[in-house]
Amino acid sequence: MKQQVLVLYLASSALDSGVVGWSRYDGTGASRPTTGDSDEPPYETGLAALRDGWRLFQASQLLPPYPGHEYDTSFLKHEFLFEKLEG
Amino acid sequence: MSTTPQLLTSVQTARFVAQGFLRLDGIVPGEINEKAIAALSAGMPGLPYGTPLSKAFAEGTFVRELFSLPLVSGAVQSLVGPEPTVDHHAVHIREPHEGTAQDLHGDAIIDVRPDAFDVQLMYYPHEVTPDMGGTLSVPGSHLRRVNETDIGRVQNLRGQTRLTCPAGTVVLVHHGIWHSGRRNDTGKRRYMYKVRLNPTVPQVRLWDTSDLHDPAVTAELNTHFPWYEPATARLEIYNRVLLWRALTGDDSFDIDYWVTRVSNRPTLGSHT
Repeated sequence: MKQQVLVLYLASSALDSGVVGWSRYDGTGASRPTTGDSDEPPYETGLAALRDGWRLFQASQLLPPYPGHEYDTSFLKHEFLFEKLEG
Repeated sequence: MSTTPQLLTSVQTARFVAQGFLRLDGIVPGEINEKAIAALSAGMPGLPYGTPLSKAFAEGTFVRELFSLPLVSGAVQSLVGPEPTVDHHAVHIREPHEGTAQDLHGDAIIDVRPDAFDVQLMYYPHEVTPDMGGTLSVPGSHLRRVNETDIGRVQNLRGQTRLTCPAGTVVLVHHGIWHSGRRNDTGKRRYMYKVRLNPTVPQVRLWDTSDLHDPAVTAELNTHFPWYEPATARLEIYNRVLLWRALTGDDSFDIDYWVTRVSNRPTLGSHT
């Protein structure tokens, strides 16, 4: 079984919120996704990916800001990783 | 031809603060572009870190001519002052049918200066078509604190810019902008020449401030980008307000009360 991975960055911590960023990694070798290869996301929400058969295997934790760094911005906060397996 | 620097307006500077870049499409004359392609193909000489811009490039070189263009010299002076130093310069080439893009990244290392920023000039001497691997950049990403390619897992963001441009285009970017050299799917080499500039004076009101109180300034600083999470988008505005305060010296500037509200400490006498 080979794994395809879909990473969705969502607008909030809710899995049914909108997709703001996305990445693909293809363990089958059938495609070569890379940085900046598309302007439209593959799904409008995280839930839409579930409905299309992607299995969620990791979601970013909800972590409070570190004291003194409440107004800092950095990585996108709401990262969800999905997989599909192909034989 | 006039050589007087054409300073940015406050509205243009506010746009840079919000978006993290300024695009000047097709402003470089063809003869400079031709000279540049020849020089970039031959390889550029090294330059010691911190060389004053006025001494870094000899008369007659394309770089000297590039920085003498009124739009370029004015934009540079508006953002980093009259005599910046050259941090470094580099030739970036995306080879024909190069297999992968660069990871999304911010240049150098994480940089948290609240009252200073460097500017990187990116120059494209030839036309860049959609398949040529023009630079990917993410508008409004420059104030997010990340270290180099730590952001590399992210391939695409809503509202990202995949640069296509006519020959002779210059893009000035804040040092923190997230960007990547994209995959070149054509048979042509894609050149980009980059110069990083460090300010040597406080970056306060260096531009043409005659329109400082134009409502369009606030509108620019309030720009929302499609890839922002709504909650974090509010922090982006907060951080832009702080940067605009630093650049104008006006500690009372605010947008929608974001900074004023959370600075209100009556017990410390700070109530507005």
